[in-house]
Amino acid sequence: MSHESTYVPGTAIERWLDRRLPIIRLGYDSFGDFPTPKNLNYWYTFGGILTVCLMIQIVTGIILTMHYTPHVDYAFASVEHIMRDVNYGHIMRYAHANGASMFFIAVYLHMFRGLYYGSYKEPREVLWIIGVIIFVLMMATAFMGYVLPWGQMSFWGATVITSLFSAVPVFGDALTTLLWGGYSVDNPTLNRFFALHYLLPFLIAGAVILHIWALHVPGNANPTGIEVKSSKDTVPFHPYYTVKDGFAIIVFLIMFAVFLFFMPNALGHPDNYIPANPLVTPEHIVPEWYFLPFYAMLRAITFDVLFISSKLGGVIVMFASILLLLFLPWLDRSKVRSHRYRPVARGFFFLFVFDCLFLGWLGAQVAEQPYILLSQLATAYYFAYFLIILPLLAVLETPKELPKSISDDVLSRSQKKQAKASSPTPVAQPAE
Amino acid sequence: MRFISKIIIALMVAGALSSGVALAAGGKTKPVEHYHWSFSGINGKYDQDALQRGFQVYREVCAACHSVDFIAFRHLGDKGGPYYLDECPEGAPDTLNCSNPNDNPLVKALAAEYEVEDGPDDSGDMFMRTGLPSDTIPGPYANEQQAAAANGGAIPPDLSLITKARKYGPDYLHSLLKGYTDPPETVELDPGTYYNPYYKGDMATLLKPEFVDDQGKPLEGVEVPYGGVLKMKAPLVDGIVDYVDDSVPETVEQYSKDVTTFLTWTAEPKMEARKTMGKISLLYLLIMAVIVYLSYKQIWSRIDH
Amino acid sequence: MNSVTQAEQGHEEQEGETRRDFIHLLAVAATGFAGVGVVLPAIHQMNPDASVRALATKTVDLSAVDVGQAIKVMWQGKPVFIRRRTEAEISEAAETPVNVLPDQLSRNENLSGSEEATDANRATTAEWMVVLGVCTHLGCVPLGTDDGDNRGDFNGWFCPCHGSHYDIAGRIRKGPAPENLGIPPYEFVSDTTLRIG
Repeated sequence: MSHESTYVPGTAIERWLDRRLPIIRLGYDSFGDFPTPKNLNYWYTFGGILTVCLMIQIVTGIILTMHYTPHVDYAFASVEHIMRDVNYGHIMRYAHANGASMFFIAVYLHMFRGLYYGSYKEPREVLWIIGVIIFVLMMATAFMGYVLPWGQMSFWGATVITSLFSAVPVFGDALTTLLWGGYSVDNPTLNRFFALHYLLPFLIAGAVILHIWALHVPGNANPTGIEVKSSKDTVPFHPYYTVKDGFAIIVFLIMFAVFLFFMPNALGHPDNYIPANPLVTPEHIVPEWYFLPFYAMLRAITFDVLFISSKLGGVIVMFASILLLLFLPWLDRSKVRSHRYRPVARGFFFLFVFDCLFLGWLGAQVAEQPYILLSQLATAYYFAYFLIILPLLAVLETPKELPKSISDDVLSRSQKKQAKASSPTPVAQPAE
Repeated sequence: MRFISKIIIALMVAGALSSGVALAAGGKTKPVEHYHWSFSGINGKYDQDALQRGFQVYREVCAACHSVDFIAFRHLGDKGGPYYLDECPEGAPDTLNCSNPNDNPLVKALAAEYEVEDGPDDSGDMFMRTGLPSDTIPGPYANEQQAAAANGGAIPPDLSLITKARKYGPDYLHSLLKGYTDPPETVELDPGTYYNPYYKGDMATLLKPEFVDDQGKPLEGVEVPYGGVLKMKAPLVDGIVDYVDDSVPETVEQYSKDVTTFLTWTAEPKMEARKTMGKISLLYLLIMAVIVYLSYKQIWSRIDH
Repeated sequence: MNSVTQAEQGHEEQEGETRRDFIHLLAVAATGFAGVGVVLPAIHQMNPDASVRALATKTVDLSAVDVGQAIKVMWQGKPVFIRRRTEAEISEAAETPVNVLPDQLSRNENLSGSEEATDANRATTAEWMVVLGVCTHLGCVPLGTDDGDNRGDFNGWFCPCHGSHYDIAGRIRKGPAPENLGIPPYEFVSDTTLRIG
């Protein structure tokens, strides 16, 4: 860890343990006394929220496996058994299903936060890359998890997504056969998806530990984007950010609870309550909402480019849209991290956010005009943002003047706030 | 950033919600009518009388072709279910706990009205015996092939989850059941099929020859009717089920409402327990949010920020 | 660093601090209580679910069982031994004084279970002895039901795992098992039809 350890073992037992396995020291230095910029706003609470999401998913997931049967003949019925007969089973299953959606809401906000405040820039490139890896693992986990109830959308979603690999030149068919363990999505596929769905979350948990490690070496970024200069800029993580993250987690859980208890199927698809039937394809296959932007980009490629067929092109574009994020630290070369001080980039950023939401909406539409054309335009902007706009702005844009230090910025802001609002401050105001 | 962030969150939620709202290709279905059900809303509960009547309608009408495979007799006596008993009826032994569905005399009597297949016995044969609360309600057909053969090739779907397996399930089911009408003038139906404006399908393919051009496209000015055709003829007719309670009208509207209530319960039997837990959890979280917020404000007041 | 500041402040302004400290305590307590509220259902889900609790009853046809023979049937995933006892066996069981028994309780679910372990309290009809075939020591299935099995020193059942000897009424007589064999709830529907559960 980058800062000097301030842990002083209090008792004889702690001293004994500290000389053998300094695990309390590690915890204390990482989450107790860790110096954290004092100007982190609520957008920075999603790390804590995501940790809670991962824990909820792992715990409810392990509970569900105690009652679930990964076999094509029993999977659907075993999920219904959980819903009807297992003690609290319906809550566990709805928590797991909606928990996946909550996880993605939080991760997308976390990623947009990183994009806006330039959190991916030197010296936090590795932190960002590990984050992208976590995101990819999350998508794989969520996809395989959706297959397990073995409803119509499970089956056909699995069929469509695994068929993407048949677009790979030469090895395509061999690859899909390998993935399926047969000549179509069937029992072997369900079994291996179950095995991997159980495994991947632990890889995610491991990657999260690396993510936090890579965060604690350079220390937190912050909304000003300037580095910590003195101890005046920081506060200890505990209690300042434990309580702030705690509050944000509770607010997040309130939203979660509204979905879980009062509209548990709002984010799901009715067709998944129909048992899988390999003879009947649902009229309209849509992935879960969190995959829709990528699904839209996949479908946007309706034309062949040279020797690349439209099918392969779509697959390339979809995977590229994610892998592109790995190179972001080297695409955006602007010295200024935070978009707060980049007026032009800020405009393009909000357009990018809108573009992602728009792609999500397009992903849920039928593959007809005008949606195809709109998808193509939106896909083009998605790539242009990373490949053209950000690199160009790094050279062309004149950023605003940066504050001298974090504490300067915090003070001037709170003075401005006091001057502006003589009336009582609104309750939900982030403490910047 | 703060204002914009609110917009982003609003958009994300809206996007998430509307993601399921996509138009299906092909023909249009008539938009379902929306009703206020006893089970709607955060305080919604199943009306037990309606559940019992609904079960009667299911049993006397629907069960001729449709199964409810996920429902065991004991489920009918679960809390929130059609035959749940808080207390035993008079004359039952003191030791009996009727809130336990397995001991519920109504459930036991009901199960005993059915014969279920069991076995194999010691000589290896399957045999029929009287139903027990732990048995699932027997369906009308032994297997899918038999079901298809008996229904002109269409397999009547299992109804346990039907209201969750359709968009706006209860509203859809109610609309469909009372929505059967004579087919519009412009279409010609095959024998053994029935028109319903709420059913999925593409009526353009069934237009009479005089309304389509030589490519099979509808002529100008010819409107393609809503809906589609199904192989189930209108199952409910006024008076088809005899209710015990004479004050309840014996109409298609009432039957449909009751059976919809019952089939919403079969799809989501734990709804009441879930909503109760939800209200407690939300209240607790809100109080906790206030406490932690005050704690947060107090801690942050110690430093300049 | 801050925890020190917090402690110092606590000493300096004790009056105002007690009320303010209270809110932190409350926050921690509320979180802990919520944690308990989450953990309990997460554990309770492992208890038998509703389909398991719906004790299926088992009907057994006993017409083929001769005097002196025994059969084994499955009920709730456990073996149940049903022995048609001979006159000699019945009188032997009835004459065994209760005070020589290591476990003097009837362990009979058809009664309250805490009566004296006389043969009459063990078998509703003297001819038929119905016991759960689960050794009360560590759950093995005792021998003694099939022809030619070792029936132990007391001519009843013998558990090969750790050498527990049961008599013809299923009562523990020798060995490590602490209790008599359990007796499931059962009822004779007719002379030769037994319903367990």
